[in-house]
Amino acid sequence: MSQYESHDYDVIVIGAGGAGLRAAIEASAQGARTALICKSLLGKAHTVMAEGGIAAAFGNVDEQDNWRTHFQDTLFGGKYLNNWRMAELHAKEAPDRVRELEEWGGVFDRTPDGRMSQRPFGGHTYRRLVHIGDRTGLELIRTLQDKGVHAGLDVFMECTITRLLKDGDRVCGAFGYWRASGEFVVFKAKAVVLATGGIGKCYRITSNSWEYTGDGHALGYDAGAELVDMEFMQFHPTGMIWPPGVIGLLVTEAVRGEGGILRNAEGERFMERYDPKRMELSTRDVVARAIFTEVKEGRGSPRGGVFLDVSHLPAALVKRRLPSMYDQFLNLAGIDITREPMEIWPTTHYAMGGIKVEAETGASRVPGLYAAGECSGGMHGANRLGGNSLSDLLVFGKRTGEGAAHYAASAPAPAVEDDAIEAAAQEMLGYLDGPGEEDPYTLHAELQETMHTLVGIFRERADLAQAVERLEGLAQRAPHVRVSAGGRVYNPGWNQCRDLQNMVVCAQALSRAALLREESRGAHSRLDFPGFDDYWGGHNLLVAKDGDGMKIEPRPVVKVAELEPLVVERRHQEEAALE
Amino acid sequence: MSTRLFQVWRGDAEQGGLVDYEVEVQEGMVVLDAVHEIQRTQAGDLAVRWNCKAAKCGSCSAEVNGKPRLMCKTRLDELPEGQPVRVEPLRAFPLIRDLVTDVSWNYEVNKLIPPFTPRPGVEWRMGQADVDRITEFRKCIECFLCQDVCHVLRDHDLKSRYFGPRFMVRIAALEMHPLDGLDRTELLAHAGGIGLCNITKCCGDVCPEHIKITDNAIIPLKERVVDRFYDPLPIFGRRLRSAR
Repeated sequence: MSQYESHDYDVIVIGAGGAGLRAAIEASAQGARTALICKSLLGKAHTVMAEGGIAAAFGNVDEQDNWRTHFQDTLFGGKYLNNWRMAELHAKEAPDRVRELEEWGGVFDRTPDGRMSQRPFGGHTYRRLVHIGDRTGLELIRTLQDKGVHAGLDVFMECTITRLLKDGDRVCGAFGYWRASGEFVVFKAKAVVLATGGIGKCYRITSNSWEYTGDGHALGYDAGAELVDMEFMQFHPTGMIWPPGVIGLLVTEAVRGEGGILRNAEGERFMERYDPKRMELSTRDVVARAIFTEVKEGRGSPRGGVFLDVSHLPAALVKRRLPSMYDQFLNLAGIDITREPMEIWPTTHYAMGGIKVEAETGASRVPGLYAAGECSGGMHGANRLGGNSLSDLLVFGKRTGEGAAHYAASAPAPAVEDDAIEAAAQEMLGYLDGPGEEDPYTLHAELQETMHTLVGIFRERADLAQAVERLEGLAQRAPHVRVSAGGRVYNPGWNQCRDLQNMVVCAQALSRAALLREESRGAHSRLDFPGFDDYWGGHNLLVAKDGDGMKIEPRPVVKVAELEPLVVERRHQEEAALE
Repeated sequence: MSTRLFQVWRGDAEQGGLVDYEVEVQEGMVVLDAVHEIQRTQAGDLAVRWNCKAAKCGSCSAEVNGKPRLMCKTRLDELPEGQPVRVEPLRAFPLIRDLVTDVSWNYEVNKLIPPFTPRPGVEWRMGQADVDRITEFRKCIECFLCQDVCHVLRDHDLKSRYFGPRFMVRIAALEMHPLDGLDRTELLAHAGGIGLCNITKCCGDVCPEHIKITDNAIIPLKERVVDRFYDPLPIFGRRLRSAR
């Protein structure tokens, strides 16, 4: 038997970005003995990269704003594939969750009369995003972190979970290793919350850091949960394109929110041709496609992107409202954005798809397993609006923490099986001293290349079929990866071996769902099926494990009868605007 | 493209030393890019901590040519040409492996600081000027470079007696929050050990967020401590009141 240390909790939360922190704080507040486990140090999760703001219909700046319009905007942005109930709860509860942050010490920019200020953002009808300069995510995570350390929960940092443990049908804990020592650890728990964020590392050009390898998606899938909307991967329209080391680094949408203008090499404000009404503040799917098209048709900038310009705005305003963008370009690219335009190109940013959960509680279909934040699915449909992720993780982080704690209160004591633990340990040891001869870095590069070239912004059948085939090959090879050097102590190569397995699952789910959806909608654009399709417009794709295979099936969108009038009203408004 | 020589510290707490790596460098490359390149092609097990690669998370702190820096923000073209680039772990914290140190002490200190506690019945309104003042402190990304360079922590290893600049900044953000109702002066004076700071300003010099740590956080906090504990006039007044 392999050695491991053991812990026992009511609720464990895996992932300590905004959703995980908020869930853990809530579970603890409900009286559950709670542990928060994260792959990195606390406070380093990708939530810090969310820059623009938190969408919440306070109406502090535009008095007309209300939850109904926020709900409508979210559904229109998601091209009506969202789970209506989630979008409703999100729009209704976001303001309370933001107020709560302020009560916990979060500080946001003000209106002249001292209330929280709100800025415009793509796809939002009114000025709606509560913000602090362009570092709102840092403010959010630090506020939750400082609340969390006094919330009576235990934090386990630099700990990677590699498997969920089950007792019959229900999830009853997790197995993992400490990065610093490579030693194994078992967490027994009555309920497990997945809050591991995204899958951006499946792509070569991404705004995501090393952590975003789809761990929660894959752990949930392996444990029997369903994944929904996996074909929808958001390409953020504006990532840096130069220097080479920072390709894909995020350029916040707040740049456009504050008045930034997109131009092609001919100096034309090209968004006039794609969305004359919303221009630069159109939804992200539309702007990303527009940029791609401009470059493909030969109107790209010297480095193969387009220009994003704020130099017409007063320099002082740029430095005050977009301080970290000013620093980022000055330091990394040697460009003073108050004087010259930025060059940008879309970057893989956010997975709309994730574990299918119940709107009210965050429960997956597996007893004891919950999910919140980016690794859950349904809230954003085919395309997420900027600003809706920070509010999503607050609203559903809280609900999921509550849901998991309530379940744990009446759940039986966790019973983990020695065989499952031993199998998990042997898997990890095999990446060090097994017979495998594949290199994890090489396989990762192949996976990224496949996704980048074949499952990008524009897709078509032949490419997608080829991607599915290549990924099948990678799935065969992935178990045979092994590191050539180093032991278990803080060995990134060894860690990569395990993360790679998760990315393979996510990439397969994404490509297969993309191949099936024969239409273009939101972030999923098919060259061979360029328009909306009525059937697909009413169906989500669900991915689940079926024996050793992957099963994918369409299922009708989750609607709520009493919200129908709001949806119909918005559809009519949009149709009228087109005529 | 040209190649440059990197000397990267490899090893653990027991033993180790600088190891040479030749790396092909591209225009605009930062030190972290080079470390990743070494990892990808020459040393798959090279331990390094990093996340956002955008100077927003404060994970990739190291000492580059002897100076505490964020590796993701240090461009190779700003380092002297014709010399090797030396990359070493933070020296003020125990080494785990290669470029990774154990910074958990900082997280323990953070727990000792009483959190934001609004004044009872407070109205949730603030002026932008108040927000701007504490925003300087709240933009701290917890890279701990200031802790690394602080003489009290680095040279004298007085972690048991001084919280360090990072947490002076954190306390300043709380103390200067217009709606906060707690007083942390006692904590600063005693457990926090603010008196040990002798204002050499090294912490502010290495701050990637350009927080004026000494001038804007530590000195105003020292003044509060002095007013409370060492200014004879109020002390006399308080004694007089308690004697009555």
